[in-house]
Amino acid sequence: MLEHAYLIPVYPLLAFVIIIFATRWNEKLSSGISIAAISIGFIHSIFVMIAVIGRHGVPFELSVPFIEHPLITLETGIFIDPLTAVMLLVVTIVSGCVQIYSLGYMHGDPRWSRYFSYLSLFTFSMLGLVVANNFFMIFIFWELVGLTSYLLIGFWFEKDSASDAGKKAFITTRIGDLGFIIGILLLATYAGTLNYQEVFTKVADGVIPVGVLTMIGIFIFCGAVGKSAQFPLHVWLPDAMEGPTPVSALIHAATMVAAGVYLVARSMTLFVGSAEAAMTVAVIGLITSFMAASIALVQNDIKRVLAYSTVSQLGYMIMALGLYGFDVAKDPHSHSVGYFAGTFHLMTHAFFKALLFLGAGSVIHAVHTNDVQEMGGLSKKMKITSLTFFIASLSISGIFPLSGFWSKDEIVAATLGHPVFMFFTLLIAFMTAFYMFRLCFLTFTGKPRNQERFDHAHESPKTMTMPLMFLAFLSVFAGWVGMPWLSHGFSSFVYSGELQHHGPNYIVMLVSTIVAVSGIGLAYTVYFKKKISADVLMEKFKPLYTLLLNKYYIDEIYDKVIIKPLLAFTRMMWWSDANIIDGLVNFVGWFTIKWADAKMWFDKYIVDGAVNGAGAVCMAASWLFKYVQNGSVQFYTLVIITSAVGVIIYRVTPEGFLYYFIGVVVVALARFLMKMNRPEEGNVETEPEG
Amino acid sequence: MMLQYLALAAILFAIGIFGVLTRRNAIGILMSLELMFNAVNINLVTFNKFIVPDNLTGQIFAIFVIVIAAAEAVVGLAIVLLLYRNWQGIDIGNINIMKW
Repeated sequence: MLEHAYLIPVYPLLAFVIIIFATRWNEKLSSGISIAAISIGFIHSIFVMIAVIGRHGVPFELSVPFIEHPLITLETGIFIDPLTAVMLLVVTIVSGCVQIYSLGYMHGDPRWSRYFSYLSLFTFSMLGLVVANNFFMIFIFWELVGLTSYLLIGFWFEKDSASDAGKKAFITTRIGDLGFIIGILLLATYAGTLNYQEVFTKVADGVIPVGVLTMIGIFIFCGAVGKSAQFPLHVWLPDAMEGPTPVSALIHAATMVAAGVYLVARSMTLFVGSAEAAMTVAVIGLITSFMAASIALVQNDIKRVLAYSTVSQLGYMIMALGLYGFDVAKDPHSHSVGYFAGTFHLMTHAFFKALLFLGAGSVIHAVHTNDVQEMGGLSKKMKITSLTFFIASLSISGIFPLSGFWSKDEIVAATLGHPVFMFFTLLIAFMTAFYMFRLCFLTFTGKPRNQERFDHAHESPKTMTMPLMFLAFLSVFAGWVGMPWLSHGFSSFVYSGELQHHGPNYIVMLVSTIVAVSGIGLAYTVYFKKKISADVLMEKFKPLYTLLLNKYYIDEIYDKVIIKPLLAFTRMMWWSDANIIDGLVNFVGWFTIKWADAKMWFDKYIVDGAVNGAGAVCMAASWLFKYVQNGSVQFYTLVIITSAVGVIIYRVTPEGFLYYFIGVVVVALARFLMKMNRPEEGNVETEPEG
Repeated sequence: MMLQYLALAAILFAIGIFGVLTRRNAIGILMSLELMFNAVNINLVTFNKFIVPDNLTGQIFAIFVIVIAAAEAVVGLAIVLLLYRNWQGIDIGNINIMKW
């Protein structure tokens, strides 16, 4: 099945093409095709996973040269190692769940078929990104997921906020992508190839100078910063929540934003080669994670809380990967678990975050609002949704033995040896537990704060609850493959067979559990028991609260520092364009017309005058001289002979020639005058006889 | 003796020119042309006889002229024939298509 793994992205691509060109008008068929394609992809991915396990970490590669050039060969191909296999499964599972869920959520939407075709296109791009075997291909698919993300965020484009959010997401990620492509070009220049394995071999051999390697690493990380919504390009992700909730779950929580993490994990060799680049990655991850988590504490929009939670968790993964790169760069025999922690958290997070979003979607579907202040007490009406949402919240908070516990535990373990990182990681874990349970308690428990909305609430249809239950199952059990007691678990799997096993660290487990439980406990006290009033806390920390509620004013800063000056600059350019450039052009036009007028006058009166004058002179002259041309051969002969005689006479006696000439002229004039007096004589054409 | 021969040739030539210039009949013009040829022939033969009697250049040249004149007469007569067909007459006073 491995040889045909390239088919996995092709199934959804086919679905996209079929829906767009053939079955758009049949809504049921369109969604059916889309779901069938992803199901086939899922089954295929399982077989690929089995095959990859059987290879014990030896990567499989299949490539076809695409453009061959003496300097560089661009190829298209697939590269399948354990990381790819895991990503394939995650993408197909989440995508499948989301598509089934959308059957309920998007019910009655006028652009239903288009929605499913976009989902298929996205799935194709994401799977292509995952199986790509070189940086050139990953960049193409990278842009494709960006495009589909744009299309789906702006899916309800009648809303201005949605189309604005789509544009914001696209442009913001483009900034990161610029760095990414610079990194790729640098890599192509210095390594002479873009194929993963060749590049990594060259990097390991030290072909590329360390300074350049640092630049390449940071530039490539720029791509990840854009796509994974890391600080300072994280601003688009919360706005992206304007898209349909299943899209948020699929693209902006579980898969596309994980592409950045995947990229960093995939290019880990580059970061291992440069400790500075790796440290940059880790620091950016930590800043992002802490900032997003603190913002999530106070937001009231259920989806925005989840969005900031996503940003925070992605920062977690990035930080773990960065720390791994740093540790290994410093000490090749380091026992850092960062790589495993990052990729492991990538997988578990995909499941429970997708579940959280789908749960939030289910709630929004029921109460038609995003504001948690208008919810409350919904667990009575929405049993399955609230139960699964609680499971996911426990999982993300890191409660034993849910999947989030295992991966979060590993991330904490990855910060061992970096006290600052460890402190903030635990703090973020605490905040995560707090804001998740704040959300849970506000939404599902207590008294309904808006009775009207509460009365209309109802449990969602089966197409929506089934994926919830399936993802809840995964949120509980998916992490078990990475239990630290397993000697051949996820850990040794992603390390490509190299056994980097290290026993469980019970102290870390204990501490992270205490942190999580205390976070939940605080949320419980404030929002369930209401022993401490949230309003009092809000008053007490008013400046901090305002700062967090306004998301550190980052959007406003961008507006002031970048957008406003840019607009002013472009207006200035517009002004100079409208006045100076256009003025110049118009002057040139005006001058050309005037100059042409002058030339036309010259042409008309001087040139044409000369030509016509010459003609008139000729006409006048010919009035006289035309009589020479009388058509009579004998007259011509006479002229010839007279002239010949004249020449002879001139040769003999030049003086006599004068008399001869005068005589000839006199005779000729006399004859001419006689002829004039007897017109028509001899000039009349004879009448044809008979 | 040479002078008499040359005078004869000159007289013949003058008669020929006069004929060419004044005859209105195309055939007459052709005949006048023959006169002029023969005047030239006489000149050639005369100069040969009195100046370079040892070779026959002038004689041969005269024979050439006679031959060419015969060919010329053929062409001329053909032209005359065509004139007759197109103008129903051979009076060259009527043939003035080259007039301005």
